[in-house]
Amino acid sequence: MNLSIYLGMLHQAETTLAESFRQVASGHGAEPDVHFLCHTLAQQCEEHSRLLLPVVQRYGEDLSDSEPERLHAEGLSTTRQGPVGLLRDLQDLYLLASLVDVTWTMVKQAGSALRDRELLDVVARCGGETAVQLRWLQTRMKQAAPQALLVAR
Amino acid sequence: MVDRIAGIWGTRTPYAKDGLWPVRVDQSLSEGVTESDVDRWVQSACVLCSNGCACDIAVKGGAMVGIRGRAGDLVNHGRLGPKGLFASWQGVSHRDRLQRPLIREDGRLVECDWDTAMNRITERSRQLLQERGPLSHGFYTSGQLFLEEYYALAVLGKAGIGTPHMDGNTRLCTATAAAALKETFGADGQPGTYADIDSCDAMFLYGHNMAETQTVLWSRVLDRIAGPDRPKIVCIDPRDTEVARHSDVHLAVRPGTNLALMNALVHEVLANGWLDAEYVNEHTVGLEELKATVEPWTAEAAAAVCDVSAADIREAARIFGTSSRVLSTVLQGFYQSAQATAASCQVNNLHLLRGLLGRPGCGILQMNGQPTAQNNRECGADGDLPGFRNWENPDHIQELADLWDVDPLTIPHWAPPTHAMQIFRYAEQGSIEFLWISATNPAVSMPDLPRIRNILAKPDLFLVVQDLYLTETAQAADVVLPAAGWGEKTGTFTNVNRTVHLSDKAVEPPGEARSDLEIFLDYARRMEFTTLQGDPLLPWTGPEDAFQAWKECSRGRPCDYSGMSYDRLRGGSGIPWPCNDENPDGRERLYADGVFPTDPNYCESYGHDLLTGATVGAESFRASVPRGRAILKAADYHPPHEEPDGEYPLRYTTGRTAYHFHTRTKTGRSRPLTQAAPSAWVEIGPDDAGRLGIREGDLVRVTSRRGRIEVPARVSDIRNGTVFAPFHYGYWDADGAPGEHPTAANELTITEWDPVSKQPVFKNAAVKVEKIADAAGPAPAPTTTASRPAAAGMKRVPPTTGGSGAEATELFNAAPPPRFPESINSVAINRSGQESRP
Ligand code: SF4
Repeated sequence: MNLSIYLGMLHQAETTLAESFRQVASGHGAEPDVHFLCHTLAQQCEEHSRLLLPVVQRYGEDLSDSEPERLHAEGLSTTRQGPVGLLRDLQDLYLLASLVDVTWTMVKQAGSALRDRELLDVVARCGGETAVQLRWLQTRMKQAAPQALLVAR
Repeated sequence: MVDRIAGIWGTRTPYAKDGLWPVRVDQSLSEGVTESDVDRWVQSACVLCSNGCACDIAVKGGAMVGIRGRAGDLVNHGRLGPKGLFASWQGVSHRDRLQRPLIREDGRLVECDWDTAMNRITERSRQLLQERGPLSHGFYTSGQLFLEEYYALAVLGKAGIGTPHMDGNTRLCTATAAAALKETFGADGQPGTYADIDSCDAMFLYGHNMAETQTVLWSRVLDRIAGPDRPKIVCIDPRDTEVARHSDVHLAVRPGTNLALMNALVHEVLANGWLDAEYVNEHTVGLEELKATVEPWTAEAAAAVCDVSAADIREAARIFGTSSRVLSTVLQGFYQSAQATAASCQVNNLHLLRGLLGRPGCGILQMNGQPTAQNNRECGADGDLPGFRNWENPDHIQELADLWDVDPLTIPHWAPPTHAMQIFRYAEQGSIEFLWISATNPAVSMPDLPRIRNILAKPDLFLVVQDLYLTETAQAADVVLPAAGWGEKTGTFTNVNRTVHLSDKAVEPPGEARSDLEIFLDYARRMEFTTLQGDPLLPWTGPEDAFQAWKECSRGRPCDYSGMSYDRLRGGSGIPWPCNDENPDGRERLYADGVFPTDPNYCESYGHDLLTGATVGAESFRASVPRGRAILKAADYHPPHEEPDGEYPLRYTTGRTAYHFHTRTKTGRSRPLTQAAPSAWVEIGPDDAGRLGIREGDLVRVTSRRGRIEVPARVSDIRNGTVFAPFHYGYWDADGAPGEHPTAANELTITEWDPVSKQPVFKNAAVKVEKIADAAGPAPAPTTTASRPAAAGMKRVPPTTGGSGAEATELFNAAPPPRFPESINSVAINRSGQESRP
């Protein structure tokens, strides 16, 4: 069964996303909403990894990475500066969170076919929260974009 | 004569449940003036808090010389509080008033004429619009203008310039009230009425020190308490307030933990089956999510987080769950604290779960801080769109475009209007280069003042300040415009329970001062803002034109004024909106039918996720909320972001005292009020004080990560581990700058805001306190309020009294108590005394 590959990917991606949220939080301390919320969301991602653990233990986690990755989902190693930098960092987070989101969806599909209620419960909570993370990133970027792209010095 | 400094709430007039609150007419006249000296009385309402007490201004020889409450008004039944009595007219008739415009020349503010000042503004404005576009402009207004002025500002900003950067000090005082109402009910609009005090069996005051913030409203509560069948009172407040002293249950929670407590109260109500299942089924959505969110929040769990007893939480829940009529009121203790919107929504949820809405005694009052905050929310000079329209609904934008005859693309609606803290951030970063501040004083009222002062002082920020006095903010301006104050101009405004009052012009403004409306209209004219037809965008000549235009804008919206007129507002009581064909005399309570404004085509907001502030969006709102249902929204508790630690071991919270309003620009110029609370202090509990070697009156330094204040300590009954400072004390009456011993509470507060309402967190920061000098006497804090000394110190501190300047008369039962709707003018009485239809 290949589900373990996806569970491994998901576990990895949540960890990466958590680290990246922290990175953005510390790089943008002068934007208090971004700063505090990114910390909160980093914790949320770590909680997702924890909630996933019992499922991973049942199905195993395949981190062997036997399939070559085409799209590398590496975390943010640094943050950028200024209003456009903030926008681009949030956009990077958005891409990472999208990967997490779609992976939850695939895991949910498999969980449904397996009739695995425990897995589906985990997906319902974590997938739901990931969707909100995406919506928040969109909300914040949409607010920031005109100022950053048109008048920022 | 009564000393109304010593007796803040005046003499009791007890009444029973479902009775009518007796009339007591309070009056104060300038020393040496008697009633027979008064030339005329001019109708108005007080603008020193959000209560909206109706009054008449005494005029003699072209000057304001006194005030008395209007017996026939539904809001106050004749009463006035100390601020209304001693600072309304006194606060504007002071020799410090600005009389001519000022412009900055070689770094100094110098007097000039209006043309010079306005030209300087329009020159800069034009240049920036051309070079940088509308996003270079920001407007930061107030909770103290009149409706007509906000509406003019909203139109010139949104349709003339087309900037999303418009907000007001309302963000600091009332944004969460609006946000919580929108999240739960789909639109702003106060569900309850003050008359619910007359009929309730229990009252819950959530972070609402009503005794000091709305003193006349508290008189009404005291009169019920003094009556034969007093309501039970539950108080949630870390301080030992007057409300707490009269309460059956006082939950003195740790600042920053409100949501944990609220989740537990909802948990208890659900667990004990105290819900009206039929009401919940028919009128709400979201019960399952709500249940899941509060599931872990047992009374014990919340008790541990909030540091109150689980038994008290259970008792409070039992009172809520088993009283047949409950009134809830909410204010800054919730609004300016962590997770503000989520905590305030839980108040709405409690009422929905029990179906306690729209009937006498069953109300919610999500309060406002400032007198006209409500109008800023309605007119959209803050973070809202005029008429509670929805920025995410293209049809609503088109309605505004049609009303104003402008291209809908002019009206910024790609995101919600920019909130205050973000406007200041853009100014800090240099992308907002033109900032126009009217009738408010961010140099004292905003969080983290060292930062705010730096922003206001930036040389590349063009700062216009329009005010009565040379405030701390005005001192940093490039252009200062002298504004007319209360009693010197005509206009309307709306209080917490939707009651609209007319305030007529009583006297001429000093010198060349002009009303805020005239100033905005002048700017619009000079900027040549036009409609698509090429007509002037703002063709109004005075306030009544603006009111007419507003009536059209509000027609068909929840805040419908279309049935009102200036004439109808003269003579009788204020009128609560909506006032239209369906409700010709206005409406006392909303939502009696359990139908809420959540129709997606009608609602003001599609809502947000309460933890993050992410927008829900039209599609998902349409899919998830059956029209007309209220939404039971919730979020899990998260600890505040700044918690006490080894270096800053105490929690810091800020607030008001009964004797002052805002940054004291008016109340600080009233002798009785200033004597009652002359200068800043900090409150600390006896245990903390003992541990730190602090005694009553000692000078202490309070330090946070942002800054410090140095003020005398009042040893009071505030909860352990928490200190409190009043936020009124800036520097206009010192040197204009913090100096050696800074006093402004916001030197210490953190730059942080609620994710949904964007209201700053003034009520939680971590600080350390140390003694720096021995007392020179007791702290200058009143003894009549929450700042009363702890029992041990009571004897050593002289009681706060007013003396001769603080005397007022009280006239009992001068008229039968007003009632709704009989006290509303059903037909207009025009000035010539003839009847006319509105
Ligand atoms: S309660 Fe408020 S509105 Fe009424 S007199 Fe006092 S300050 Fe004015």
